[in-house]
Amino acid sequence: MEKRVRFRSRWLPYLLVAPQIAVTLLFFIWPAGQALWQSLLMQDAFGTNVQFVGLENFRDLFRDPLYLHSLQVTLLFSALVAVLGLGIALVLAVMADRVRIGAGLYKTLLIWPYAVAPALAGVLWLFMFNPDIGIVAYALQHGFGYHWDHLLNGGQALLLIVFAAVWKQVSYNFLFFLAGLQSIPKSLLEAAAIDGAGPVRRFFGITLPLLSPTLFFLLVVNMVYAFFDTFAIVDAATQGGPSQATETLVYKVFEDGFRGLDLGGSAAQSVVLMALVIALTVLQFKYVERRVQY
Amino acid sequence: MKLRRLFLLLALPLAAQAQAVTDIQFWHSMTGALGDRVSNLAERFNKSQKDYRVVPVFKGNYDESMAAMIAATRAGNAPDIIQVFEVGTATMMAATDDGSGKKKSVVKPVYEVMAMGGEKFDPKSYVPAVSSYYTDSKGRMLSLPFNSSTPVFYYNKDAFKKAGLDPNKAPKTWDEVGIDAAKLKASGAACAFTTGWQSWVQLENFSAWHNVPFATRGNGFDGMDAKLVFNGPLQVKQIAMLADWHKKGWFTYGGRKNEPEAKFFSGECAMLTSSSAAYGNIAQNAKFAFVVSPLPYRAEVKGAPQNTIIGGASLWVMAGKKPAEYKGIAKFFTFLSRPEIQAEWHQQTGYLPITKAAYELTKKQGFYKTHPGTDVSVLQMTEKTPTANSRGIRLGNFVQIRDVIDEELEAVWSGKKTAKQALDDAVARGNELLRRFQMANR
Amino acid sequence: MVEKRPWLDLFCHATLIAGVVALAFPVWLTFVASTLTAQQVLSVPMPLLPGGHLLENYAAVLAHGSANGSAAPVWRMMANSLVMALIIAVGKIAISIASAFAIVYFRFPLRNFFFWLIFVTLMLPVEVRIMPTYKVVADLGLLDSYAGLTLPLIASATATFLFRQFFLTVPDELAEAARIDGAGPLRFFFDILLPLSATNIAALFVILFIYGWNQYLWPLLVTTQESMYTAVIGIKRMIAGGDAATEWQLVMATAMLAMLPPVLVVVAMQRWFVKGLVETEK
Repeated sequence: MEKRVRFRSRWLPYLLVAPQIAVTLLFFIWPAGQALWQSLLMQDAFGTNVQFVGLENFRDLFRDPLYLHSLQVTLLFSALVAVLGLGIALVLAVMADRVRIGAGLYKTLLIWPYAVAPALAGVLWLFMFNPDIGIVAYALQHGFGYHWDHLLNGGQALLLIVFAAVWKQVSYNFLFFLAGLQSIPKSLLEAAAIDGAGPVRRFFGITLPLLSPTLFFLLVVNMVYAFFDTFAIVDAATQGGPSQATETLVYKVFEDGFRGLDLGGSAAQSVVLMALVIALTVLQFKYVERRVQY
Repeated sequence: MKLRRLFLLLALPLAAQAQAVTDIQFWHSMTGALGDRVSNLAERFNKSQKDYRVVPVFKGNYDESMAAMIAATRAGNAPDIIQVFEVGTATMMAATDDGSGKKKSVVKPVYEVMAMGGEKFDPKSYVPAVSSYYTDSKGRMLSLPFNSSTPVFYYNKDAFKKAGLDPNKAPKTWDEVGIDAAKLKASGAACAFTTGWQSWVQLENFSAWHNVPFATRGNGFDGMDAKLVFNGPLQVKQIAMLADWHKKGWFTYGGRKNEPEAKFFSGECAMLTSSSAAYGNIAQNAKFAFVVSPLPYRAEVKGAPQNTIIGGASLWVMAGKKPAEYKGIAKFFTFLSRPEIQAEWHQQTGYLPITKAAYELTKKQGFYKTHPGTDVSVLQMTEKTPTANSRGIRLGNFVQIRDVIDEELEAVWSGKKTAKQALDDAVARGNELLRRFQMANR
Repeated sequence: MVEKRPWLDLFCHATLIAGVVALAFPVWLTFVASTLTAQQVLSVPMPLLPGGHLLENYAAVLAHGSANGSAAPVWRMMANSLVMALIIAVGKIAISIASAFAIVYFRFPLRNFFFWLIFVTLMLPVEVRIMPTYKVVADLGLLDSYAGLTLPLIASATATFLFRQFFLTVPDELAEAARIDGAGPLRFFFDILLPLSATNIAALFVILFIYGWNQYLWPLLVTTQESMYTAVIGIKRMIAGGDAATEWQLVMATAMLAMLPPVLVVVAMQRWFVKGLVETEK
């Protein structure tokens, strides 16, 4: 991440980062610190009776066999969402970049899903897959004889939330992939074509490497999205069911903290979740960024 | 300059008058048409007097509004009135001023508010089975019941006819439901039975209806050291029966909350146990004749049925407000408890009338004759005096305990666990949650 | 397109169309549902072609607020969402591009520390820290204000990260040339870097606008007056929680209306996209 050229200034860089740092400290670091401190406390919902309990919350957490299950569900879910979301979006972006006619129309239509509020997306997918009135469930039953009942089939429930999450993410990834693709100078590709390189060789030899900074960005962001921002979808579609088949870590955090009002327990879970994602991110920066070409 | 002084002179009395109206923040979770009715009630109260103004604010669903209220309270910004669902009762009670001055409390009990407001308040005028849920061990009402419902039994008359059953004969016991289910399935029905709110109907209310405990210490009323005991032989028998029905295809699982109601009014399942407040939804969507009848009971239990317990929400008042605000709140509560207001609310929404007077008024108006079956819910709650097992449930972390029960029951329906295993596991997990609540609220 | 390969083009179009159908299908269903009656929406299966109640439903939704004096009308909520979305999008882009510029193009102590400090904001979901954040906002007296609605959401690691990635790909020669010409860092930033970042800024604007537009939980907590509610709160308010009947056709109509502004932003940004591209190609 080293650049050879640097500007010299004593005070300018500090001034430039100041607004973001100020907002971050005031509205994130300070409240987050308090939230994490609560992992060492046990208190009633209103905070009128606060006790310091050290690592008790963490001990309770790891003693719970279902917590490990939750971790497995989360890892599987995140992997599926990241791979499918990035893969499908990349294919669509490459295609959209290539065609000239109707490019604008495709772009608008493909970004539309991102405009749907996460909570509403979950409801829409629930609507389509509802075992009784859902249009897709109906089609599966009458078209393929496949009985869809995600209320009792854990695997199907997981698929449902994967679909809903990927659906939204494809739009997001598509937008950035396209932006990245469109900033690749056409002259480079033309030169390669003149040299006799076919579209596939051009893609792997020029496009992909030049796209790698965007790809790295999206990889990290998708992982974070899958781990953290999918709460609304799970809540709208399956509520962690059936029997915890779709109980992701972030959903558990929210359930225990926001709905169950067990602030100590959910704070402990957040600490673990945060540590996990930070570890994954550091790993990505260390090992994957090496292969990114700037 | 003269103009300015004139303006100030004129403005002064206006300012004084503006200060005289006390605003009362009322946070609720009523959506759609119900939300409109709440706004309407507040408007009518505001128009009826000029000292207080109730401002209803929709604050999200029950979970969200409770969390919003807690965040606000912690920041010193609590609302005046908040609607809290019944499973949040233990949390609210643990934070209520019990008059001993022992602990810092953030909730002001309703009986105190009414006293401060100088309003006449007779707890006995409220339907016992409804108010008992929100009453402390000394018989004092801590919150005002607002929208309460209780589970009842719905069945599809047309489907009964088709199956050769007498459409005017409602099954009274679970055995009879089983016999009817067999005939319905034989006549080609897709499913015979489903239930909404499975934890509330098939375990909590089931226990109360048969006068067996759901948890020790009077279902938690008498102390925070209660333990769950809903894995008793009777409950296991009921769940095992339902599991058997599920295997036979008589019972279809439709979801944890009120989604199964759609299975009923779409005609798929001919019988349904769910909230009495579903009446409106069902009436609007069902294209067939249906009947509301009392919840079935198990014939072998002596003395059954007892009474059912309520679900829904009540209105709590927060502490730390000015005396003027409490006066206004008390007046508003008196307004809400008026027989005509309660009767209208009951008739329009399907929620239970909270006072006996409202029930009598509705009866006098002939409403139950023109809307047969709408008094079933009231009768289920008033025919017998509640016992220690049927006053209600007051357990901490109950939101999460319900989730645990839902998860374990789903394991039964999908064939992964037997009824006994699932209930035992639910009790074990639930007891853990109760211990945590007890520790946090010591 | 570099050379003519008609089969490949056909394949591209086919894939894109398949993609559009798959992705747009749920949105199509929303639209269809918004033109039916409540009973039709719940029928099995729901019709796939629009019904005849479009005007009726949309009129009901738009007039709903004014008919019932207390509830905030739809257009009012959309206005709140618009203000929120604009402030958040512009605010985030402004402070992020400044920070990214500083982090990439200057060497100063704490440089890496600041980057990770900003980055760590991604690691803790808002629902977890929402109560302490509420307290901070309340203590600052920012409840029921646009400042309270938007400031806590402006710290954006995503935007900073994206700009960082992009700046790292900008050839050193450009900065070198600017230095030789005697231009200071700020001139380099405004004259060279900013125009180059046009496509990224446009993409980010779309994303951040939609992010701000779709906020639900935070506005719900931080406002106590229904006149400050946002569009998504309005939608959720119509989805009945307990036992009452949800009027799905009205919910879907409101959802369609709520989707309109973000889509308009996408279309508007596209024009800017293409313009920016053509300029840089020159």
